[in-house]
Amino acid sequence: MNLTLRESMLTFKRAPLLSALSVTTIAFSLFVLGLFGLVVVNLQDALRGVEERVEVVAYLLPGAPVEAVAQALKDIEAFPEVQSAMYVSEDDALARARAELVELRDVMQELERNPLPASIEVKLKPGFRDTDHVSAVAERLRGFGFVDDVRFGRDWVEKLDRLRGLAAAVGIVVGAAFAVVAIIIIGTTIRMAVLQRSREIAIMRLVGATDGFIRRPFLLQGAIKGLLGGAVAIGLSFAAYLLINRYLLQSAFFTREQAAAIVAFGALIGLLGSAMSVGRHLKRV
Amino acid sequence: MIKFTNVFKAFPKGGLALKDVSFHVAKGEFAFLTGHSGAGKSTVMKLIYADERPTSGEVRVSGYNVNEMRPRDVPMLRRKLGIVFQDFRLLEDRTAEENVAFTLEVTSARSSTIAARVMRVLTQVGLAAKAQAYPRELSGGEQQRVAIARALVNEPTVLLADEPTGNLDERATRGVFQLLRDINASGTAVVMATHDLDLVRQAPYRVIELQEGALVYDSAVDEAGTHDQATSGGGGGGGGGGGGAGGGAS
Repeated sequence: MNLTLRESMLTFKRAPLLSALSVTTIAFSLFVLGLFGLVVVNLQDALRGVEERVEVVAYLLPGAPVEAVAQALKDIEAFPEVQSAMYVSEDDALARARAELVELRDVMQELERNPLPASIEVKLKPGFRDTDHVSAVAERLRGFGFVDDVRFGRDWVEKLDRLRGLAAAVGIVVGAAFAVVAIIIIGTTIRMAVLQRSREIAIMRLVGATDGFIRRPFLLQGAIKGLLGGAVAIGLSFAAYLLINRYLLQSAFFTREQAAAIVAFGALIGLLGSAMSVGRHLKRV
Repeated sequence: MIKFTNVFKAFPKGGLALKDVSFHVAKGEFAFLTGHSGAGKSTVMKLIYADERPTSGEVRVSGYNVNEMRPRDVPMLRRKLGIVFQDFRLLEDRTAEENVAFTLEVTSARSSTIAARVMRVLTQVGLAAKAQAYPRELSGGEQQRVAIARALVNEPTVLLADEPTGNLDERATRGVFQLLRDINASGTAVVMATHDLDLVRQAPYRVIELQEGALVYDSAVDEAGTHDQATSGGGGGGGGGGGGAGGGAS
């Protein structure tokens, strides 16, 4: 292990340019991934904020019996998807309209009769705010006899849903593409390292070193480069985040776990790239 | 120790590198492998250290059957062999000492014993004083001594030397050859491929001669009974083999 580590570190000394090149390319690949990750993280935050506001409103027929409405409220709150259900009477609705629609206050004052219906506003639990669940809840609300109409902004919910799906899909595709690029780059640098050291490898074989022993420093070297690349990528992403925060918009950075995962992913890419390359090229030496 | 039985080896692109070669080198024996370039000496060497496998026939080395060896047994076989080449094959960026220690490190020897073992073999080959020198600071003969030290450090039962004096001047050649004789005297079998007939004539050792892939002369077989005679008898056998090789070359 000692020798393996020493040999791995020696490659940085023996081929500083090549090593710096591989670390840099991994760093940039992961940096692009990181930038995308930041977009996703922030988009996710934004989506969560919008989702908070997704609610289903059931408008009631005039003169709905109070007891029935009170019972319905209890039933609705018992739905597995429902976080809370609130009854808004005609008067409450009018008061709210007056407060929110300042421009129309004069018109409201002159009303002889309150035109606004009473309603039940239903908030859903997180995880149940997608189209399917929202529609299901709306359908059930329509089943109550005193419910006139149910509104839930179907378009809005569907668009949100699609946006999130798109973000996830693009994230996976771009992430996979860059992972592949990074693996190819690492594989190439390992190939160069193997060729550069072909003489040494041949001698190792002659004196009885096992293939595993010969392979190990290359694997470790790949993993270390991936790790370094990941760390640099996190640094660059953080710099980008600071700049965006300062000049563009308030945003969020990765949590500690997410950052660690990116670095670990770098190490994994490095290990994978070298593992795929070293076996193939050792055979040719 | 080393046993070839009806060994054929085909070149990848056709033609035969070895044709029906059979011989047996016993423990502690010294054998010359002679013949001019392309006669198959290196192929024989490669078969012994399992770098190649025979096309047909059987090669047995130190208890391993090279025909049927699993790839992971190859390193184990090589740890029982010491191998020396014409071009030394030293690592230029390591000192003499490090080149020798390298063998022990890559075969996972206990690190506490490495320094002492390295020093002992460097002393044995007469290079203790130059342990810190890099290959480029050493003469050809000295570099070959480092290579021999590297081959010896694992205490092999067989030392394979493929044209070990091919790049050396006469004086260095004599020195290296004497070293190989000393190593053999201490019990290690030595197989030395060479086309230096003067060297072959100098010593009373067994001579195996190859010509175009075929074994054409083996002093142990062709002069059976006379082989155990005095040095002059063996020398005569070597001379006879040399004559054969000379005839093939002209």
